[in-house]
Amino acid sequence: MNIVVCIKQVPDTTEIKIDPVKNTLIRTGVPSIMNPFDKNALETGLQLKDQYGGKVTVISMGPPQAKAVLREALSMGADDAWLITDRAFGGSDTYATSYILSQAIGKLGPFDVILGGKQAIDGDTGQTAPSIAEHLDAVRLTYILDLQVDGDKVIARRQVEEGIEVIETVLPVLCTATKESNKPRYGTVKRKIASLKAEIPEITLADLVGADQSKMGLKGSPTKVKATFTPQRTASGVNIEGNNPGEMAGSLISKLADAKIL
Amino acid sequence: MGFETCKDVWVFIECFQGQPKSVGLELLGQGRKLADSLKQDLCAVVIGKEVEAAIKASGDYGADKVYVVKGDEYENYSADAYGHVFLELCKKYDPNTILVGATVNGRDMGSKIAVSLRTGLTADCTALSVEEESGNVVWERPAFGGNLYAQILCSETRPQMGTCRPGAFKKPEVNPDNHPEVIWVDIHTPAAMIRTRVIDFITACADNDIRLDEAEVIVSGGRGMRGPENFAVLKELADVLGGTVGCSRAAVDSGWMPQTRQVGQTGSTVSPKVYFACGISGAVQHVAGMSESGTIIAINKDETAPIFEVADYCMVGDLFEIVPALVKELKARQQG
Repeated sequence: MNIVVCIKQVPDTTEIKIDPVKNTLIRTGVPSIMNPFDKNALETGLQLKDQYGGKVTVISMGPPQAKAVLREALSMGADDAWLITDRAFGGSDTYATSYILSQAIGKLGPFDVILGGKQAIDGDTGQTAPSIAEHLDAVRLTYILDLQVDGDKVIARRQVEEGIEVIETVLPVLCTATKESNKPRYGTVKRKIASLKAEIPEITLADLVGADQSKMGLKGSPTKVKATFTPQRTASGVNIEGNNPGEMAGSLISKLADAKIL
Repeated sequence: MGFETCKDVWVFIECFQGQPKSVGLELLGQGRKLADSLKQDLCAVVIGKEVEAAIKASGDYGADKVYVVKGDEYENYSADAYGHVFLELCKKYDPNTILVGATVNGRDMGSKIAVSLRTGLTADCTALSVEEESGNVVWERPAFGGNLYAQILCSETRPQMGTCRPGAFKKPEVNPDNHPEVIWVDIHTPAAMIRTRVIDFITACADNDIRLDEAEVIVSGGRGMRGPENFAVLKELADVLGGTVGCSRAAVDSGWMPQTRQVGQTGSTVSPKVYFACGISGAVQHVAGMSESGTIIAINKDETAPIFEVADYCMVGDLFEIVPALVKELKARQQG
């Protein structure tokens, strides 16, 4: 089975702080990590390989430092890693990013299974992976818990708001994984050492022969950022006082009752 | 389709087993605002096997027109069938703006339509307005775990599209006197075009509790809960109030609660009538998912915790003393 997993390097958003004076994001010192949901996607790919044999390729679009997450993927068991990088790709929104990734997947493929996380924790759009499916005209199954393959038949369990759908389709398929999909494995020491020495080849614009450059980068992006700002908080809450928890509880409930909230 | 000719604001009324989900109705309220600014009509789009409930709700919540596509092949959502219908409708009626709920299926379908039409789709918006001079919708959304907000424009292509999280907006008032024009459109999707098939559905979620997006009262716990066993005390408070239990990302990451219970940027966005934040510091990523709640009550030992900046009522103290005291007080009043 030929499997490709799309991974993204993201800032650890739990570590981001706001500069209280300038009211801007403090990004320095924030660690870069593999997007957690992409790690679940990689684990899904590695489990498919464990079960059915084959090869797991990982790809990431980003600047050269994104090679760190590709190395981490290699240490977890991926066979092959590619960095997709070019100045022409900068400023891409989800439309342009998914187009570039679909072109790279087309160049490296064909693949039976394409995987990605349900969303990235920085952009939080959840659109890139299903958009790749659309560019490739592939079947997409988002938010899958697991998938079983029998020949070219696929049975997947998909988490939706009301429960779990069991879906039947055929390969090739694009799937997105969630935290509930699995528990990602750790890299072995041996593989970690090997991954540090691994050559990570790059795919640039010149490699994407036949691709439409007008669909890439800032110019190829239908959405543009007009402005950004940090959320304002103004403390205006009422302090509930009391000599003991019982008094505080009584005071709160009375206030809620007076305001007809309860 | 074109920039000059396109018109109307469309809202996708997503259904589950023939019943419209709340998010579509919430979006009719936002769609009304945009349609009025643009001086265009507000149109609901209903696709399904059973469509009556969704048509009625579309009218009740203010749609001027309802486009209905009915067929057995639309019993369950599939990107292939629903995407096909939506694209055909776009070709025929040329919308200016499309709003879709950021549900599992809405995000899936939204990206299919946007890529097919080569237009912009802004995900998970929390505020919408119209730039008067250009007629562009200003799509406002959080990023970086709610640490940053961005305003996005789709200024060169139409339709302009966005998804909005369930619970991010309140439903508009019901207007029983609104009688929309219902337009039945005959679009069928051949079986060969639908490449996925739902062969089973398991209704039981991870738990059988009230779902977060449907609860009127949510009692959430965070790192301050210290362990999974302590959530029982929150459950007790939730039960007295007829609500349900939620949690912060810290509680999920610690393995104390399932992710289906997580409130925040990577979990659910909620806007219950009353939200209790117990032992939750108030990281932006959490606040982004609950700040629209009607009344927020924060209980935390640390008086400098940022959660107090968004709370309506602040209780500085030990939650393990305060929460049981609240339960006792409520029970006493209910009996009295």
